[in-house]
Amino acid sequence: MKANGSVFKYGDNVDTDVIIPARYLNSTEGAELAKHCMEDIDKEFIQKVHPGDIIVAKKNFGCGSSREHAPLAIKCAGVSCVIAETFARIFYRNAINIGLPIIECPEASARIDGGDRVEVDFDSGVITNVTKGETYQGQAFPPFMQGIISAGGLVNYINAK
Amino acid sequence: MGMTMTQKILAAHAGLSEVRAGQLIEADLDLVMGNDITSPVAINEMKKMKNQGVFDRDKVALVMDHFIPNKDIKSAENCKCCREFAARQELTNYFDVGEMGIEHALVPEKGLVVAGDAVIGADSHTCTYGALGAFSTGVGSTDMAAGMVTGKAWFKVPAALKFELVGKPSKWVSGKDVILHIIGMIGVDGALYKSMEFTGSGVKNLSMDDRFTICNMAIEAGGKNGIFPVDEQAEEYMKEHSARPYTVYEADPDAEYEAVYTIDLSALKPTVSFPHLPENTRETGTFGEVKIDQAVIGSCTNGRISDMRMAAQILKGRKVARGVRCIVIPATQNVYLQALREGLIETFIEAGAVVSTPTCGPCLGGYMGILAAGERCVSTTNRNFVGRMGHVDSEVYLASPAVAAASAVTGRISSPCELED
Repeated sequence: MKANGSVFKYGDNVDTDVIIPARYLNSTEGAELAKHCMEDIDKEFIQKVHPGDIIVAKKNFGCGSSREHAPLAIKCAGVSCVIAETFARIFYRNAINIGLPIIECPEASARIDGGDRVEVDFDSGVITNVTKGETYQGQAFPPFMQGIISAGGLVNYINAK
Repeated sequence: MGMTMTQKILAAHAGLSEVRAGQLIEADLDLVMGNDITSPVAINEMKKMKNQGVFDRDKVALVMDHFIPNKDIKSAENCKCCREFAARQELTNYFDVGEMGIEHALVPEKGLVVAGDAVIGADSHTCTYGALGAFSTGVGSTDMAAGMVTGKAWFKVPAALKFELVGKPSKWVSGKDVILHIIGMIGVDGALYKSMEFTGSGVKNLSMDDRFTICNMAIEAGGKNGIFPVDEQAEEYMKEHSARPYTVYEADPDAEYEAVYTIDLSALKPTVSFPHLPENTRETGTFGEVKIDQAVIGSCTNGRISDMRMAAQILKGRKVARGVRCIVIPATQNVYLQALREGLIETFIEAGAVVSTPTCGPCLGGYMGILAAGERCVSTTNRNFVGRMGHVDSEVYLASPAVAAASAVTGRISSPCELED
């Protein structure tokens, strides 16, 4: 599986409140949530994002509230992958469970800039910065998590058991 | 090498004699919890599963607390979805208007968690129950759905940080100041993926309410869970609130910790987290005038009876400053009733505060105290992220009930000591 897209770059501690503000949590619909994705950190994100685009951030991405609405909003906004130096643990679980590809890579997080064209190979964990002509080695998932991802999320994984 | 308290509980629930940090395990759960925001998503996920029933109708709890009494039509529909699910699954522990409280105050009060339990909740502040010597952690809705059906969850066994608490906190210092101090020290990702184990001779000087507050905010340091040893106070609490048997786990003397911090409780001062991260802490007395428009006293962090008493002690015979809205929210119906019986509600109303039915409302910018652009709020809640309580240009300052109440009186962020002079 591969992702390929243009990068939206953010900093440290992007919390789930700015990813999807609580004023929209009265909805559980991915498409509805996506309309407000990143609204409180980047008002223009939803106008500019194209299917396949990639979010790159620094440390502790997705901290705060456990709302699964956050990875869901990102996924339904068309984002193909989130790369960060580190992820907050609940966001990390939620992303795997709903099938939003994420990858931890401090080097990529430091080197990639907004607007760069980036390719991600999830099997190898290799991230290619097409714009800068660089590659970075991201952390591939442990086999257990790969099992959940290749089943298409936790629900399918449990159904297949 | 020995195991930490958290590792022992996880090993026991995975049917293993020992576990190591980093190991992936599947653990049996004693409780799976959700609220009116996260449960509807979980219920929808559950519909996609082969097995449509909950694993144990006594071990699933749904607490309606975020947007109820319903703030709008969509919220009403979410609660209806939960209500119908609870009826269909014949859940023992469904809490709606009239019985509900803010989940992390209500669940211990109802005796649904005891020492030695392994608990997941689809709410990040589920780590609160570590105060009782349980492993409990926040998850998302899909994990909740899987937990409801299978009674199990997968975990990566966490490494641990040890916080050795010594000394006795001074008069106006409470659990909130302890945890804000710690978050200020280690940062909002200082405990990322790790358990925060609190121990030491100072633990006996912290009330159960203090310990709930401290564990509640473990997530604000990125922690997987926070946990306290089980002492007489904890046992008393459990005997008062629960008929369930409990199991006491103790960390091995040679348990491994990635870091050990010693915190002298007697040296702490009332502490405030400035916008927009809980780690931006400053002690009262070290900053200039910060005028406020609103003070919120409540939430899963600080809506318990000792919080109400602390706030009332300061507001008694005083008035909320002109131009400040002071909103007091007892966390459960029991806390509300107790506050009423003790005359605290009267004190709040006479001081010019308003008192609300239990709700998470303002903490997450849901309703019941939303901020306009440029407004500032001192709040006993747990997050001060951009836009957390309303407009993206509003500001939230996190503090204890004592500081919030004192600030409501002076109209600027104040230590309660200022009122004593």
